[in-house]
Parts: sequence; C-alpha cells; structure tokens
Amino acid sequence: MSDWVEACAADDIDEEDVMRFDHGGRTFAIYRSPDDEFFATDGLCTHEKVHLADGLVMDDIIECPKHNGRFNYKTGAARGAPVCVNLRTYPVKVDAGKVLIQIG
Amino acid sequence: MVIIGAGECGGRAAFALRDLGYDGLVTLVGDEPHLPYERPPLSKEAMASDAPEIKAIVSDDLLAEKSIRHLHSVRAVAIDRAAHEVRLSDGSSLSYDKLLLATGSTPRKLPMPGLGPRCVYLRTFADALAIRAYLRPGNRVAVIGGGFIGLELAASARKLGASVTVIEAQPRILMRGVPAEIAAVVHDAHVSEGVDILCGDGIAAIADDGKEVRVALAGGREITADLAIIGIGAVPVTGLAAEAGLAIDNGISVDAQLLTSDPDIFAAGDCCSFPLAVYGGRRVRLEAWRNAQEQGALAARNMLGAGEAHAAVPWFWSDQYALSLQIAGLSDEGKITVRRDLGEGAFILFHLAEDGRLVAASGIGPGNAVARDIRLAEMLIARRATPAPEALGSQAVKLKSLLAV
Repeated sequence: MSDWVEACAADDIDEEDVMRFDHGGRTFAIYRSPDDEFFATDGLCTHEKVHLADGLVMDDIIECPKHNGRFNYKTGAARGAPVCVNLRTYPVKVDAGKVLIQIG
Repeated sequence: MVIIGAGECGGRAAFALRDLGYDGLVTLVGDEPHLPYERPPLSKEAMASDAPEIKAIVSDDLLAEKSIRHLHSVRAVAIDRAAHEVRLSDGSSLSYDKLLLATGSTPRKLPMPGLGPRCVYLRTFADALAIRAYLRPGNRVAVIGGGFIGLELAASARKLGASVTVIEAQPRILMRGVPAEIAAVVHDAHVSEGVDILCGDGIAAIADDGKEVRVALAGGREITADLAIIGIGAVPVTGLAAEAGLAIDNGISVDAQLLTSDPDIFAAGDCCSFPLAVYGGRRVRLEAWRNAQEQGALAARNMLGAGEAHAAVPWFWSDQYALSLQIAGLSDEGKITVRRDLGEGAFILFHLAEDGRLVAASGIGPGNAVARDIRLAEMLIARRATPAPEALGSQAVKLKSLLAV
C-alpha cells in the first residue's frame, strides 16, 4: 500500500463541497460532506473525462458539471444515465487539520 | 412496447422500461445502421478528431442482457392505430400495447435552387464523416447559419486548419435563445480564431458545380468555398404521426405526460411540443440532448402507467474553442437581467420575470467555469424562486445559500 498524501487543509473545502487535487500526473476530487466527513474519488467523470471538482455536491452526490452524470462520492456508485461506470474511491483521513488521501 | 427512433431519447426510453421492471417485449426501431449514439460530439470532439468515432449509448451486449430488440436500418412507414400495429419499411409489422415516437428532428433545408454535392447538413454520423473529409488546411468552408451547430462546426473546422466564413442573415449570431452579451463573447472568440463572420446579409444565390460552391450575398459579396455547411435550424420529424392522424402543433403535440392525441401513443424529444410547467404551460419544442434523455425516461414511466407530468427546466450547453456556454430555462421569459461575474472572464446573466421570479440563467466562460452556478440556477428556476437581484449579482453571496431560503 502506498503512502498517505497530503491533499489540502480541511478548511480549504466548505461543507457540502468539492475540490480538485492533482498529484503524480493524476487528478482527484476531495469532498467534504454536509455532516463534515471527507471523501476522495478519481477526479474525472467516467463519461467524458470532465473534472468533477467543477460540479455540484448535494448531500452525498456529486454531479458532473457537463452532462449531469451523478455519483455517490462516498461509494463511487454511478447513479444513472449518462454515467454507468463507477468512480474509484480512496481512503481519506484528517490529521492536524490536513486532509490526507491514500493513493493506491 | 415499441419505440420508433433509436437516438438518445428512444435509447434511453428502452433502458428505462427495463430499469422500471417491465419484462414484456421492448423493440427499438432505428433507421440508421448504428447502435444508438450521442449526437452532441458530432459537431465538437468527434468532428475535430483525426478519426471520428461513434460514441454509442449502449453496446450489443447490454441490449442482449436487457432483452431489448434493436431493429436497425429500418423505418416505420405507417401506424395502424385501430390494430395497434406499426408497419416497417422492410414489409414487416410490429404490434404494440404502447408506442413511443422518438423520431427526432431533421435539418431545416435551405429553400433555394443551386445546391449540390458540396452543400451539406449535419445530423447523423454519416453526415459528420462527410463533412470531416473536407476539414483540413487549405480548404475553405462556408457555414450558412450562425446558430449552435454552425458555430461549433466553425470552431472544429478552425482547429483542423480550414478557413471559415460564417454567414448569418440576422443582425447577430445566436439570435434565438442567447442574450446579445453572451453572443458577443462567442463572436469575439471566433474572430480571434480567424473566422470571418458576416451578419445581417441574406443569401441571394448559391451555385455548386461539384468542385466548389459560390455563395452570393444580397449585399453584393460573394464567398467561394470547397464546402458549404448549412445549419439553419431543425424541423421535427412528424410525417408518420401526421399520417396516422395524430395532432401536430410545431411537432407532435403531447400533453404534460407526453401523451399524444391517441391514448396509447406517446412522443418525446425533439419531435414533440409539450406544455412547459415551469412557465405556466407555455407550449415549446426543445432540440436538446438532456431534454431527449429526460423525456425518454419520463415517457417510459408513463407508458407503464405512472401518470407523471413533465417538470424539468430546459438546459442546454455548447462548446466552442476553450469556451463553454450553458443556459438553464428560456431567456425570453425574462424582463430584467442581472449579471454575476465569476472571474477569468466567466459570467452569468440571470433573467428575472416582472414578478421577480428567476426564469432563466445564461452563462459563458472557459471550461466548466459556469456549470455549478447554472445548475444551482436551474434548481432555483424549478422552485419558482424569487431571489434578490443584489444577491444574484454579488460574488460574495453563494448561490447555494439562496436554495436554503
């Protein structure tokens, strides 16, 4: 298992919002849920490679900014047309105000 | 269940029927040889790529898994409403309990003599390949019509190095449905990419000798091109419905549940006009990808007896160069406009009705800069919200906070 990587400060993301994080040539999306938990997924929509961090977070759903494909960002599950491929998710922890993700 | 039209709308409807648990026969009839595919890329990514590929909505495996019978390269030629049968161009017939017409739209033809093999329209993948073959450095392309299809094709043609002239009879591009302030941003982007845009000048004559096309404008200019792409709008495909005696009104006329004047026949997508609830039942016809999807799914629910009324807000997008434009609602419903700047040149115009209701929002900017706020605006429009104009205009106020009110 690879190391934990610092993505951002917890305060960088509002509740019920998302932020883009690029690392090692890859792009991720880091989420803060309405109940103040943090999650991480691949950063690009599985439909047309659009950055999900430009999309809207509502409850536990991230909606792609381009074609409204929806995913549950906690589980990565695709929620109907036009997306049918699930998003990969990554473990997240908060340590001393920093958000860390484990990039596998 | 029989679905006529295997595009975005028909394809989605077929899958929705299965997702809803329907286990009877589902037959999807399409006149193209392909699996149902996405049309939006045809003027954009697919057109600008080295080797355009079809972006299929489904695979043969998925159709088989869901037991959806897809009949391709065949047209529906008649509906026998009394017998509940559809006759197909190969001589066979399909019987139906419920029928969905998702016949789409077709490019409006330029009503003029002189058109020839180098005057083309874009609707299908085959059309796209034919256009793509001409887009290369040294070739001259005339785009007739400064609407979305024409401008997206102009942008793709420039990416591939062709020289482009856009001819628009109206005083400006994107007259229909796009505010002047946003059309001006699109106009400037094209000009800076080297496109010649001629507005306010009608076409007097066209001559296509098979080697080149000469377009004479009323104002006296003449444009010579290797290819003329005509993008002057689309008309609904209603022939089948009309011959079957269904009510037609700027498309196949349906009610809020997408039911035609026959209780067993529905219509959805580009081909139908329907009452838009968010504007008090104003009858509209939308030529848009998301509408096709949503109405396909809604028709499927109602074919199974849900009795659900259409409630969505129209939504549309266009990509040209690095710019993306998104519009929620129909801006002509608005009387007052409020501008919100988002930085990096991106901005949104909020359109409010006289009574203060937010009725539409039009945004443009690089990449997906306006996407999130347009989506929030769409939700506010759906709620018939009356947000304070000062709040809409201020970057300091998060749009999401207005939803909580």
